[in-house]
Amino acid sequence: MEKEQDKIISEVTGGEYKYGFYTNVETEFIPKGLNEDTIRLISSKKGEPEFMLEFRLKAFEKWKTMKMPEWAQLNIPEIDFQNIIYYAAPKKQKELGSIDEIDPKLKATFDKLGIPLDEQKRLSGVAVDAVIDSVSVKTTFKDSLADKGIIFCSFSEAVHEHPDLIKKYMGSVVPVGDNYFAALNSAVFSDGSFVYIPKGVRCPMELSTYFRINAANTGQFERTLIVADEGAYVSYLEGCTAPQRDENQLHAAIVEIIAEKDADVKYSTVQNWYPGDKDGKGGIYNFVTKRGICRGDNSKISWTQVETGSAITWKYPSCILKGNNSVGEFYSVAVTNNHQQADTGTKMIHLGKNTKSTIVSKGISAGKSQNSYRGLVKVTKKAENSRNFSQCDSLLLGSNCGAHTFPYIQVDNKSSIVEHEATTSKIGEDQIFYCNQRGISTEDAIGLIVNGYAKEVLNQLPMEFAVEAQKLLQISLEGSVG
Amino acid sequence: MENQVLADINTIFIDRFKNEKSVLCEGSSELINSHREKAFEIFQKTGIPTKADERYRYITLDPVFRVDYKSYLRKRDILFNIDDVFHCDVPNLETHTILLVNGWYHDKENQLTSLPGGAVIGSFMAAAQKYPRLFEKYYGKYADPNTDGLTALNTAFAQDGIFLYVPKGVILDKSIQIINILLSDEDVMAQPRNLFILEENSQAQIVVCDHTLSSQRFLTNSVTEIAAGKNSLFDFYKIQNEHNGSVQLSSVFINQKKASNVVSGVITLHGGIIRNNIHVKLEEEYCENSTMGLYLSDKGQHVDNYTFIDHASPNCTSNELFKGVLDDYATGAFTGKILVRKDAQNTRAFQANNNILLTDDAKINTKPQLEIWADDVKCSHGATVGQLDDNALFYLRSRGINEKEARMLLMFGFTYEIMNKIKIEPLKIRISNLIEKRLRGELSRCNSCVMNCREC
Repeated sequence: MEKEQDKIISEVTGGEYKYGFYTNVETEFIPKGLNEDTIRLISSKKGEPEFMLEFRLKAFEKWKTMKMPEWAQLNIPEIDFQNIIYYAAPKKQKELGSIDEIDPKLKATFDKLGIPLDEQKRLSGVAVDAVIDSVSVKTTFKDSLADKGIIFCSFSEAVHEHPDLIKKYMGSVVPVGDNYFAALNSAVFSDGSFVYIPKGVRCPMELSTYFRINAANTGQFERTLIVADEGAYVSYLEGCTAPQRDENQLHAAIVEIIAEKDADVKYSTVQNWYPGDKDGKGGIYNFVTKRGICRGDNSKISWTQVETGSAITWKYPSCILKGNNSVGEFYSVAVTNNHQQADTGTKMIHLGKNTKSTIVSKGISAGKSQNSYRGLVKVTKKAENSRNFSQCDSLLLGSNCGAHTFPYIQVDNKSSIVEHEATTSKIGEDQIFYCNQRGISTEDAIGLIVNGYAKEVLNQLPMEFAVEAQKLLQISLEGSVG
Repeated sequence: MENQVLADINTIFIDRFKNEKSVLCEGSSELINSHREKAFEIFQKTGIPTKADERYRYITLDPVFRVDYKSYLRKRDILFNIDDVFHCDVPNLETHTILLVNGWYHDKENQLTSLPGGAVIGSFMAAAQKYPRLFEKYYGKYADPNTDGLTALNTAFAQDGIFLYVPKGVILDKSIQIINILLSDEDVMAQPRNLFILEENSQAQIVVCDHTLSSQRFLTNSVTEIAAGKNSLFDFYKIQNEHNGSVQLSSVFINQKKASNVVSGVITLHGGIIRNNIHVKLEEEYCENSTMGLYLSDKGQHVDNYTFIDHASPNCTSNELFKGVLDDYATGAFTGKILVRKDAQNTRAFQANNNILLTDDAKINTKPQLEIWADDVKCSHGATVGQLDDNALFYLRSRGINEKEARMLLMFGFTYEIMNKIKIEPLKIRISNLIEKRLRGELSRCNSCVMNCREC
């Protein structure tokens, strides 16, 4: 039995990363290194207005005074920030008019990844903004969305066409000096997506950004800004993959969400950056700052994430519940395998009255990985009648991995109720026995149990993603026996 | 700013150590003196813990140390007979009672008392002289001065305290009651050091009562080392009942050998600022540990509990339960860390922290943590912050119980879970009386305390 378990575990840990290919497109780079000139160069390459350059330089000044955070339960090798290319873009032949004019190689890349860039052949009603390395290559369904007044475009485009909105909202949720990686991103970010849903509009389709790192030695720094005006609704999806390489690559993104009165924003991520090979070589360092603010009353922000990739994940999608009766949600499944490390969780800051938040975090660790949940629930004095429920469960598969929980709970008034629960365990032998008895192989039984364990979170994902996420879980974990 | 103040405070201690080293070493055994130097070096580097230390995030220690406390480096004669003014009696509980005054063992004539079966209780200082071998084996083995600045400071300045030795196979028939009194006509800082040794198959129970008997300001920085030998049974209860101007920083280090069972409970009834550090190491297999705490605070009191349960061996069980009721503008903090080491398979570790906030000005920060490196474990932690259940309140009121009384009943019920775990029956009754009094807002110092030192 013991041997069989080992075999199954090694099969799992030997699982191949199927998005590890590299597309040979002609790419334009700027020289390695980070200084003021790099930032000016990025800004001028993108032809940005003055206020953007100022924003970047301010962030860079801040960044220089900051230190790499060390509090996470992560072992981060030293990162040489001068040895990174901060801007890489697939070379464009000419201005893009229609889908046929996209570099066929690029199109093939996205086809291979299963991302529909072709509006005619749409299978699912999803509008996609595809970002490769630092630049957005194509945004689909832009016109039909524009009919409803919805703005969905790349960040650079928004800077030119909607500077007022950018000026108003950029950096309002994640200030330039928020943390080390946010400051770095604010200084050097290259592109990303911008979404604006006007008053009372319900976005008719899922919006999606697909991030792909392609070029070597580069870092990817994108920025997403979602603004939902009064009574608006949008569901937003994010996916990411990267080629298989021996060196580590840095990904430091920022996502800002603003929900005005009665607005509802749902943000789902399936994160599948290259996690490194089974000896822990290579992989993406994923240091992401995601934060949303429920600015108006009765607004809602919901984060759902399925984290399976990245060598190191450092990510805490958070909600600031400022409006009265606003709601924040965080659903997460984090899977770590081999030598992966993840330190992820959320912050729920209750400022308004009757605010509610729910946290459901499911960690699954296998191989030699480390998986931590770190979260903060803060109820300020004025946030009367607030309610929080948190549940963080960890599942351990194999004896060389670790699972840790670091919740912080701060309550400053008497009318709020905060509950936190956490458990850590392995898959019960009796559960497996039960399945075996009914003719289900040990491998299938594990898949079944893990999926059941993560169901609560997977149920929150939009249909298209739920299927993908379930498959991902299956790939990374089917058959592992604790 | 904060750093400057702390730096000044640290300098005061450093100077004091250098200038008064000869007085400090006087009367202490060579072994204890040999630990001083090393601990002092560590203290020079670490200093008093600051908020930058994650473990001390919710407590500010600099104003605590800013008071110009006297430290008695020599035993001081108390001007009046304590026995006349103070009885912390627990009815129907026969105990060996010993007295510690300002951190010094009180009984001058009998520094060490022999108990049946060869057990010994008495002054830490005297015991260190008399039993160098025991001290060689146990002293400073569990309370590592590297843990934090407070432990280092205590180790550098340790002179007296309580010593208990229970030899192999001995079961103490009576509980030991340690009455820890702070009484002076000036502000005093005390740094008692305790060492409790339980050898194989032995059994003992200790009850510690902390009291302040005069209105001066007091700062206690105590370190207690508990060595629980194979198959030993040890119960350790601490009842903290000091006035609002006192500060108690208590660090307890428990080391458990194979199949030992230790229960430790801290009942905080009253105090200005209280910090309890409880470090438990389950070093060998099949140990059982139960750590619990209850804090009832009001006014501007601050109660801060920190526990660290280290599962270093397989097949151990630990249970942790901390409950608190916070009134007025009191603040509370709980940090509980459970570490399950790599080979500690088959571990069961449970932790819970429940809090009730009675006002909008009361504050609680709770931080339960699990760090798990083994896979065959069952661990859980839970934390809740809330109020009294409205439905329960309604139920009681609809049966003719007035609101105040109904609230009292519910709060009492809330604390009952902890009380129920106290294994010494008379003590349980006594504590539940005290808690009831405390919840009713009546003077909660032991009834028979005739010193009406300060309004609580």
